[in-house]
Amino acid sequence: MNNFNKFLIRSVAVWSRNARVWSKLAGPSLLGNFGEPLLYLLVLGYGLGQFVGQIEGVSYMVFLASGVVCTSAVNAASFEGMYSAYTRMEVQQTWIGMLSTPIHVSEVVFGEILWGATKSMISVSAILLVTAILGLIGSWKAIIVLPIAFIIGLCFASLALLVTSKARSYDYFLYYSTLFITPMVLLSGVFFPIESLPNIVQWVSKSLPLYHAISLVRPLVIGYEMTNILFHLSVLSMFGLIAGNLATRRIKKRLIL
Amino acid sequence: MRKKEDPAYIVESKDLSKKYNNIQVVDKLNLSIEAGCFCGILGPNGAGKTTTLRMLIGHCPVDAGSLMVLGNLMPEKASQVRELVGVVPQIDNLDADFTVRENMVVYGRYFGIQSNLLKERIEELLEFSALSDKADSKITELSGGMRRRLSLARALINKPKLLILDEPTTGLDPQARQAIWQKLRALKKQGVTLILTTHYMEEAERLCDRVLVMDKGQIMADAAPKIMIKEHIEPHVLEVHAASSILIEKLKSNLSLARYEKSGDVYFFYGDSFGDALSILDHEGFDDYLYRPSNLEDVFIKLTGRDLRE
Repeated sequence: MNNFNKFLIRSVAVWSRNARVWSKLAGPSLLGNFGEPLLYLLVLGYGLGQFVGQIEGVSYMVFLASGVVCTSAVNAASFEGMYSAYTRMEVQQTWIGMLSTPIHVSEVVFGEILWGATKSMISVSAILLVTAILGLIGSWKAIIVLPIAFIIGLCFASLALLVTSKARSYDYFLYYSTLFITPMVLLSGVFFPIESLPNIVQWVSKSLPLYHAISLVRPLVIGYEMTNILFHLSVLSMFGLIAGNLATRRIKKRLIL
Repeated sequence: MRKKEDPAYIVESKDLSKKYNNIQVVDKLNLSIEAGCFCGILGPNGAGKTTTLRMLIGHCPVDAGSLMVLGNLMPEKASQVRELVGVVPQIDNLDADFTVRENMVVYGRYFGIQSNLLKERIEELLEFSALSDKADSKITELSGGMRRRLSLARALINKPKLLILDEPTTGLDPQARQAIWQKLRALKKQGVTLILTTHYMEEAERLCDRVLVMDKGQIMADAAPKIMIKEHIEPHVLEVHAASSILIEKLKSNLSLARYEKSGDVYFFYGDSFGDALSILDHEGFDDYLYRPSNLEDVFIKLTGRDLRE
């Protein structure tokens, strides 16, 4: 067996451990993952929608739907990569247990990233299903949102694990949520098109991964033509790759000391 | 060149060293452990026991010196080594979300054990560790002893050649501890090489055919328990509790006592035969004393001192 296959098989073993835990607690976990975004979509979409009318040629709720899909992908992977991963790393010592087997740190980290991405895909599928039932989806192509949600999940799970690699307690994650995730969600075109922001702010939001996630998802949900697909994908991949590698290096330093 | 499958020593270190914050935790350790040995590592807290164990499985980089485990250079070949090693950690890291059997399944997958074979081994190991009845119980429903037995069963899932146990019986009641001892003896009979750390001297004395006493990262003594006692300490000990200073003076002047130590209000006299000393105590009508053969704990205290280590 070559090294790459081994790497994948072991990462999937880590992934499947998490999947098995999830399958036991899927009910409450699912509710947490898509209950809140759905409330945002319905309440803001309905309430604000009355004032806003149409944006980019569609109703506000349709516009908002793609933003909420992306935000839920971001939140699912971030939560998994921070709170759940930290629990496995520090509280339950699950990772050290894994590292007593042939599994490497890089395989633990990649397995966790895969799992975070899976969680993104799970919550996005739940939201997508409800939005489809509500008639907010413009094209069957919206199904492609699922693999994209996985890629968004890969990116944000990696970033979250990078934060976790330095975390000394759960409180530490508030820095990341408050100083990075929340401003990014507000500025990346979830609730309104970023063109209404000052140029310099637009420039900032275009340098963050969520804007590129939304640029991929929104045309699919509404049914427009997609543009710059490769560019947006590569921004997400670059963030993921760099964060994932740094996270691996730092977690290795932390556990193997 | 030696064949890889058949190294002369299971563990072989040369000048193995590790420093944390300028403190030499492991200091030029030279150690060879032959196959089939049941080796106990004793030492006060901070002696470097756990760090040494962690180096054996690649959980700690080597600062200087070299370390071979099962014929593989560490930590470069850590993953290959861990394919052949079982680890029972000091702190349980069983998966609380899973049942006993699921814990075994998930752990076996980490080794990439194929599922039919894995199923078979799990039944065998649950039987071996007397957990068959508990196979579908949650971890939270298990007693401390059962958890340790599960940690042991889990560590055996890959049929290890070397089993590493970090304080496997700490905090267990006597029955649970003896149950673990039985399992470890059975493994030794099967030819597994075992390395354990412990704070229980009688555990090392009963189980191990070789004992290392470590302190400040160095090996202070290395021998079979009986031989170690013989070589390092007088054969008998007389512990005298809370005696008057006049009585103690009388005992001190007795020539049959080679040396003594004082700890709190207890005097420890060491020597060959205590006939005279005992008759002095008898004569004075003093009965708060203990006369016994010396043991590994006496050696341990002699080598590492009576000071508290925290």
